[in-house]
Amino acid sequence: MTKPPSSPRSADDRLFRLGTGFFAFLVVLLVAAIGYELFNNSRLSIAKFGLAFWRTKTWDPVAGNFGALPFIWGTLYSSFLALLISTPIAIGIAIFLSELAPRAIRTPLAFLTELLAAIPSIVYGLWGIFVLVPIVRGLETHTPDWLKKFPLFSGPPLGVGMLSAGLILAIMVIPFTSSVAREVLRAVPPTQREAAYALGATRWEAIQAALRYGRKGIYGAIILGLGRAIGETMAVTMVIGNNPQVSASLFAPQYSMAAVIANEFTEAADDLYLSALVEIGLVLFVITLVINALSRLLIWSVSREVKVKERKAAPAPLPEEAA
Amino acid sequence: MKTIRLAAVVLGAVLAASPAFAQKQQINGAGATFPYPIYSKWFSEYNKLHPDVEINYQSIGSGGGIRQLSNQTVFFGATDGPMTQEQILAAPGKVLHLPTVLGGVVPIYNIPGVDAELKFSGKVLADIILGKVAKWNDSAIAGLNPGVKLPGTDVTVAHRSDGSGTTYIFVDYLSKVSPDFKQKVGIATSVNWPVGVGGKGNEGVAGLVKQTPGAIGYVELIYALQNKLDYGSVQNIGGEFVRCTIDSVTAAAAVAATQMPKDFRVSITNAPGKGVYPISSFTWLLLLESPGDRAKARVMVDFVKWALTEGQKYAKDLGYAPLPANVVQLELEALKRIKI
Repeated sequence: MTKPPSSPRSADDRLFRLGTGFFAFLVVLLVAAIGYELFNNSRLSIAKFGLAFWRTKTWDPVAGNFGALPFIWGTLYSSFLALLISTPIAIGIAIFLSELAPRAIRTPLAFLTELLAAIPSIVYGLWGIFVLVPIVRGLETHTPDWLKKFPLFSGPPLGVGMLSAGLILAIMVIPFTSSVAREVLRAVPPTQREAAYALGATRWEAIQAALRYGRKGIYGAIILGLGRAIGETMAVTMVIGNNPQVSASLFAPQYSMAAVIANEFTEAADDLYLSALVEIGLVLFVITLVINALSRLLIWSVSREVKVKERKAAPAPLPEEAA
Repeated sequence: MKTIRLAAVVLGAVLAASPAFAQKQQINGAGATFPYPIYSKWFSEYNKLHPDVEINYQSIGSGGGIRQLSNQTVFFGATDGPMTQEQILAAPGKVLHLPTVLGGVVPIYNIPGVDAELKFSGKVLADIILGKVAKWNDSAIAGLNPGVKLPGTDVTVAHRSDGSGTTYIFVDYLSKVSPDFKQKVGIATSVNWPVGVGGKGNEGVAGLVKQTPGAIGYVELIYALQNKLDYGSVQNIGGEFVRCTIDSVTAAAAVAATQMPKDFRVSITNAPGKGVYPISSFTWLLLLESPGDRAKARVMVDFVKWALTEGQKYAKDLGYAPLPANVVQLELEALKRIKI
């Protein structure tokens, strides 16, 4: 930290720093307040079920027995499935738009991908019910029997279920991941590609070099997509089948944390039930924090690794790297 | 700056000059989604008769309605299932349950190659929902429907994923006719379903049933009528197979009305009587017997009186069954308990 030279302006500077610092701190405060409220309102359920809440599978509002495992499982399964489907597509879009597309189609195409992000999730949900689910059901009906023996493809062809949820989430996540990845690729200095070409690289190799250069940002783009997938509610609940069970099958109807809160909160009249639903919110909050922390760690370790390697290879870093 | 000040002055003058603004009585309520169409019709019709009264209703669900009434954030609540003993104790004062209209819940299905109207008995319906009857050509279903050629398709049960009064009425009935169902599932607005898939809202359930060969689900009568869905008839306690209509739902209430408990908290599923449709229920408005605001209470009581008498004529067009006359009489009597 270098102190700014004291001058007549330093008072303004300090005020500016205090002001912006306050706003930044406000975010921290907000997160803490949300965490506290969630904890406070789920005390009844925490006291009654303890840690068992995280690993039991029964969700019975009539008997007052609540376990969150099927919902945790469903949220993680559907989100990572969505990530698995969306990442290659989104990065493909990003590469095409930033490196390969002719100028004439670049802007309209970028605009259209970003338009996907503006569609309300209820519309995705309805589209899911009326278009995607019948297609998925068709796929499931035509799945050969030998394939159905695997746990991943077992169960009757319902259409609604994990596969539909993963697909719809993937479609919703693509514009987020692709537009951030595109910006990252555009921010890669042209010298990187020029250097690659100068060394005799093909176009594909030059793009690889650009991707490697921007990988930190691209990981960030993927994590942004994951965050979107974990919290998505409406579209998921309309196609996932809403059956709280832990199943490995893509064809099985399952449930997610956000969906059960949205579905049951309004009618939850007794205190323990309400408290259990709030605790699901708390679990979702904790899981989101953990995933974000882990991804930060991943990005950090990647960038450190890059720096260490570069230091070994070339003692003097490139000007862009230092910046 | 000047224009803003000017605008404020003008606005103030306009507000002060309009006498309606000062006297307008606003009443807020919240609760069940099931009676929302008729309630909003009533509020707008009543507003035409009494332009100085404006009643707002948020259809946030029965549970939410009960909670908000207990916290007194709304003046009245509405619910599809009567309040439990626990909820009554938690309320800030005596709560009056007032039945407003009736509704029925119908089993809808989609069986490839079957166009006939299927017949269900309570026991068989419960076994289907429990997953014990898993194929459509099961002898239990075939026995009730001689002459219908049933395929060997797997049964897929579609239920509501959101908490709902419709679910409450449906499982209340099934718990009455099947001890097994009562023990395994029980009665609430959301329950732990042993099998099946959940759809959000009536439209979610109807969508699942329409699209999935072999599916069975349940929706409110209004929804089935408006969307021209096929639905089966259900056997009542007297052994008759009755199709759900507005008349057969009102019939269910007529018999129950002769033995109406004083607090109106009565379940009329599986009610006795001729021509009674067994999956029928009241829906209730909830009012505190001693509300704080007397002026509001007077307006509210006047509105309820109107809704129970004049207002009943709007019920049929919206797919609800109107109250039998003797129930209305009992309620007008009970309204006197409210301190105004």
